[in-house]
Amino acid sequence: MKVLQEKQKPTGAKELLGQWRENLSQWWMFGILIALILVFSITAPGFLSQQNFVSTTVFASSTLLLAVAETFVIITGGIDLSVGAILGLSGMVSAYAMQYFYTGGMNATLVIIIGVIVALLSGAVLGAINGFVITAMKITPFIATLGMLGIATGFTFLITNGVEIINIPFSIGNIGNSALLNWLPIPFAVALVVAFGAHYVLSRTRFGLYTYAAGSNAEGSRVSGIDVRRHLFKIYVLSGLISGLAGFLVVARLVSGSPLEGANDELNAIAAVVIGGASLFGGSGTIFRTFIGGLVISVLVTGLVIAGVQPYWQTVTVGITIILAVFIDQRQQNQES
Amino acid sequence: MEQAKPILVLEHLAKHYGTIEAVVDANLTVFPGEIVALVGDNGAGKSTLVKMIAGATVPTAGHIFLAGQEQHFNSPRDAQQAGIETVYQDLALAPHLNIPQNIFLGRIPTAPNVFGRLFGHMDTKVMLLRASEALEELHITVKSLKQPIARLSGGQRQAVAIARSVLWGEKLLMLDEPTNHLGVQEVEMVLNLVRRVSENGRAVIYISHTIPHVFEIAHRIAVMRLGRITAILDTKSTSMDEVVSYITGTKVSA
Repeated sequence: MKVLQEKQKPTGAKELLGQWRENLSQWWMFGILIALILVFSITAPGFLSQQNFVSTTVFASSTLLLAVAETFVIITGGIDLSVGAILGLSGMVSAYAMQYFYTGGMNATLVIIIGVIVALLSGAVLGAINGFVITAMKITPFIATLGMLGIATGFTFLITNGVEIINIPFSIGNIGNSALLNWLPIPFAVALVVAFGAHYVLSRTRFGLYTYAAGSNAEGSRVSGIDVRRHLFKIYVLSGLISGLAGFLVVARLVSGSPLEGANDELNAIAAVVIGGASLFGGSGTIFRTFIGGLVISVLVTGLVIAGVQPYWQTVTVGITIILAVFIDQRQQNQES
Repeated sequence: MEQAKPILVLEHLAKHYGTIEAVVDANLTVFPGEIVALVGDNGAGKSTLVKMIAGATVPTAGHIFLAGQEQHFNSPRDAQQAGIETVYQDLALAPHLNIPQNIFLGRIPTAPNVFGRLFGHMDTKVMLLRASEALEELHITVKSLKQPIARLSGGQRQAVAIARSVLWGEKLLMLDEPTNHLGVQEVEMVLNLVRRVSENGRAVIYISHTIPHVFEIAHRIAVMRLGRITAILDTKSTSMDEVVSYITGTKVSA
């Protein structure tokens, strides 16, 4: 127990300072979030309202879900460029299935349950294809998911030749557009639950530890007896599954299937993870910090809209934010070493 | 030492890659508590021999006996389960994970409750406790068990890697160039550590290019040249010159 006791000895001033600096480097994005909220509440009248809180959190819910999926992938040292496209295709497939059964006369609630299952299943299957291409065909995650981005986007339009799917139960809007206690939209509540679950898995379970290990030292993990390939496969299935869930929630919000949904969403997801300080080389990142990163992106985007800035500036801002976040992170890492 | 039963016996072990003979007719006996150094030039067959014992390579011919029982390893996992641990030159540690997580990598214990069974909830208490015991057994001191491996010095990392293999390798430890890239003090620390491991009763196969280190800790020295074990020398009754001449081939055993 000697080793343990040493750890509990009071630490020196220099070390405390080091710890404080380390915490600071982890919390700067929290400061940015507060700063953004302050700036927008001054410049954009109506930013601090119940209505805007609801619309911001609804927008945030799909960004956060995709960011949670992306966090798992980025911790393993990979990247998933297809989360947005999988969201889009899963949503369309789900809406198509719901239309099929609903126009066939099936009970609305049953149709919606089928819609959820189909969305999750499509997401998982598309993720499994990513996993297969990466682990069995040995294609790098960047290329594999870039290919999937193209494939899934194409099929999203091919399903209906680009037409929206509108013959789905209207009651699905009760999931997508109602807020608990007037303040907590159901999609955001779902995102919160998923984020809590993901946080638990990553920080407390064997699955989570293997995720970090695979990104930290893949070869070392392999010789230590971890089946790294199988684990990576599971990670991409999980990423697809969560993206599929996000796809269903978008359909529930729009009360229709739109082939335009999901486009560019991977940009926001990756931005959230990167602002959260995860290294693109793998081995680091947490759900909590991704969550803050996702809120930063969401507040930025909806704030700009309320401030009356042209919507085309959104992706410009997010793009610049990604580069800045990685720049700051790299400088900090250089200082540490 | 010779009166004890051997822990590892290699008989006519060989590995061919097509027409290339990486290892030819290797015979070696290692006793519990003994440190046997394996020396030789690059390409002499040391790595291939070690990989066969570690289960990473399947031999073309010959036999491996561990504690009297013949073994047929098809994967590193098989060798690990039999009680053989290998510390590779390029460390198999994950720099982002902390010490207990690295020591238990690939063998994470789950909590003895519903969470453990359903979700694979890690038993961090057991990991922390057993990791601290493993370090204490080898007199390894670190500031905090919970710091990531990346914060440790090269020697401390090597110490953690050795502590891990001691915890799991109950019969035989193989160390591949464990003193590479280390400062003088850290080399001393690692050599002492290896000595302590053998004093605790484990057999050690120590692969190194650094002949003085070999002479400092090994009981016997096996020299490999062109795929063959050309000499097995008692450290007490040989000299560095003799070992070097066996390595370079200017001297061959009768």
